[in-house]
Amino acid sequence: MTTPAGDSVPIASNDDVVRVRQLVRAAAAAAGMSLVDQTKIVTAASELARNTFVHGGGGSARVEPVVNARGRAGVRLVFTDTGGGIPDVAQALTEGWTSGGGLGLGLPGARRLADEFELETEVGRGTTVTVTKWIR
Amino acid sequence: MERVPILKIGQVLLVSIQVDLQDQTVLALQEDLADRIVRTGARGVIIDITAVDIVDSFIGRMFATIASMSRLMDAETVVVGMRPAVAITLVELGLSLGGVRTALDLEKGMRLLGAPLPAIGPGAVDSP
Repeated sequence: MTTPAGDSVPIASNDDVVRVRQLVRAAAAAAGMSLVDQTKIVTAASELARNTFVHGGGGSARVEPVVNARGRAGVRLVFTDTGGGIPDVAQALTEGWTSGGGLGLGLPGARRLADEFELETEVGRGTTVTVTKWIR
Repeated sequence: MERVPILKIGQVLLVSIQVDLQDQTVLALQEDLADRIVRTGARGVIIDITAVDIVDSFIGRMFATIASMSRLMDAETVVVGMRPAVAITLVELGLSLGGVRTALDLEKGMRLLGAPLPAIGPGAVDSP
């Protein structure tokens, strides 16, 4: 698998969340993703970028084009924060459970919209969420 | 932060979202709309999302909040112009927007609210 260095951008404001969405849109379009799949991955990015900003206290997002062993292209997004971490991952991935005033759709929704989803978290150290969407 | 303009057409308030929505803009729009409904006594609100390329859970919740809020102030809300890719994504995200009325376009939304449509077209001005 080749993973060319992607662009990394800070997430420190609501405007940065919008910027991440635009960056992901451009990367998904450049990879040749269908409009529906572009919309899905940008929506997932919006949920995850907001989590990074609101729950993680800010962090960064990396957007990178990827190609798997069979030559299939895709886009990978890595959201990293150094916030409080997630004490109960199973709970955080449960539909409708919310730590704030949201709908509890952020993490489970992003997981459904992506093809691959990986979450690493440590209480007191931070959280990294990686999602990948492959071209159909 | 950008603010979304609210236009008034008769008894209807029209919000046409033309910017990339960030969360503060969304919250400001809710407040601005509540204020305008009370000040104008509008009976309907149309949110046109033709130009909106994604609706995530925060934006989706805004539609539901505006719908409930305006109902409390005796106004109906209709969301119009949702793109097919946005609708597909919303369903997969798990957001059904129950309680929010939708119409395919602005004209159908106006009809749904029972608002009179302008009759400007060939011959419309001169017809008896």
